[in-house]
Amino acid sequence: MRFVAARVTSKSILYLVVTVGAVLCFLPVFWLVRSSVMTLGDIFKFPPLFWPAHMRWQNFADAMKASPFPLYFRNTMIVVIPNVIGSLLTASMSAYGLARFRFPFRNVWFALVLGAIILPPAVVLIPQFLLWSRLHLVNTFFPLIVPVWFGGGAFNVFLLRQFFLTIPKDFDNAARIDGASYWRVYWQIMVPLIQPALLAVGLFQFLFTWNDFFTPLIYLSSKTTYTLAIGLRFFIGSYSTMWNSLMAASVIVIIPPVILFLIGQRYFVEGVTLTGIKG
Amino acid sequence: MKRRHRAETLEAVAGYLFSSPVILGLLIWVIAPMVGVVLISLTDWNVLTAPHWIGVTNYVKLFVSDLFFWNSMKVTAYYVVLNVAATTLYALIVALLLNQDIRGRGLYRGIFYLPTVVPVVASSALWLWLFNPEFGLLNVMLQAVHLPRLLWVSTPTSVVPSIVLMSVWGGAGNTIVIFLAALQGVPRELLEAVQIDGGNWWHRFRAITLPMISPVTFFNIVTGLIASFTVFTQSYVMTEGGPANASMFYVLLLYREGFQRNNLAGAAALSCILIVIVSLLSLMIFRTSRRWVYYEGGEG
Repeated sequence: MRFVAARVTSKSILYLVVTVGAVLCFLPVFWLVRSSVMTLGDIFKFPPLFWPAHMRWQNFADAMKASPFPLYFRNTMIVVIPNVIGSLLTASMSAYGLARFRFPFRNVWFALVLGAIILPPAVVLIPQFLLWSRLHLVNTFFPLIVPVWFGGGAFNVFLLRQFFLTIPKDFDNAARIDGASYWRVYWQIMVPLIQPALLAVGLFQFLFTWNDFFTPLIYLSSKTTYTLAIGLRFFIGSYSTMWNSLMAASVIVIIPPVILFLIGQRYFVEGVTLTGIKG
Repeated sequence: MKRRHRAETLEAVAGYLFSSPVILGLLIWVIAPMVGVVLISLTDWNVLTAPHWIGVTNYVKLFVSDLFFWNSMKVTAYYVVLNVAATTLYALIVALLLNQDIRGRGLYRGIFYLPTVVPVVASSALWLWLFNPEFGLLNVMLQAVHLPRLLWVSTPTSVVPSIVLMSVWGGAGNTIVIFLAALQGVPRELLEAVQIDGGNWWHRFRAITLPMISPVTFFNIVTGLIASFTVFTQSYVMTEGGPANASMFYVLLLYREGFQRNNLAGAAALSCILIVIVSLLSLMIFRTSRRWVYYEGGEG
């Protein structure tokens, strides 16, 4: 009896700790949403209101009026969509090449891919910026899109290569013996087989580009080309006391990645696990 | 014999064609710029005048007379150590809790991961509000338990720990998931053996779990060190490096030199030093990689 009682108590302590932790972790997000629908009068009340008596949706309209968020949204999508397509296509091609073919210096190239994963973007920033400014393409979307079409990020190449290695080589060999070209093996056999990993890569790339602050900060210099991340930064600068509008603007920026996360949680976890453990 | 040779050549050509995006990408976006950044760092280039060779003068200037440089090294190192220690500890505790047999584990895991998908600009806006000395949630909570209010990001002494608090909240998701996967790989028999010998949860953790997951802990720490060293957005958005340069992190300094002061050569020298720092950190990974991939059946 005593053992059972002890187990029941330790179990409830466990639930208590996990729940308190989860509540604390979720609290900032809750506070964000709660503040985004309050009047300024309510927001500065003491002791603070847990939830406003009347929700003020007008904050979202105010934020939109103060800053052209629909335009920023459009700009963000112009960058995000080609990023996702480019990384899916070129990262899977490159990963297939590195995983399945024997060619001179293959291991050297793969080692360089691993090196590029940990290379901070800030390191190559100055020469890359000089290149784009020589090409007169600063303040266009090209610097934010073109590099992704060259392998789609070293991290994605690595993740997909690891996935290709788990597929038995008999699959390709059988198809090759049947006379399929390398391209057909890749496109009709490999791509369908690695779909879960491609989903993870697509999600990672979407989030990465959507959340990226550094690259657009460097290359985009006028309000007409700002992405949401940069637009929000300037909103913070000019509306730092209008906390309700600022929180509404932040909610606008975080809704798409949060929805995507909720839909694709499984692929996220699998993708992260794959890179972390098999690395 | 000849036919086999042809097949090998064909395979090599196809391999290069398939890998060509990433190979060209490495050449154009990584290798050439790295050569370029070294060359630029040896000149006196700013945007206005043509460059001249000046050798290692930029480096000498940084190391000998640049107070900003040493300040940002110090501030960044402080952030890196504090952030990696706090994130690793937090992620390990959360992963241990989630690894227990509890109902709704998926939901809990989702909640702990959620902050990781929030864009850093948006969480910077949110935390500015939470940190607000007068009306912010954090001070309200401190007051509720009769603790003194803090000034969070508004004083030089508390700005880095405050940014660490925010980074732990928003940056632990992947670390948690990796720890969780490692914990699930710890053999049950070993844990049960300790239990049969009369060991409690601490004995199990200390004797079995911690050593078994040590390779992954190490992996998390080293990748965490590199990622933390390039912290930028939080201080750029919330404090602009202040107060009194107490959050003037390394990449923020690099950005200021290159893009606000047009000192391209100085920024290039800072980039090269960053390459050395990151290389030293990653050398640690490769040096010890045999140790931490061994446990996964020695396949790596």
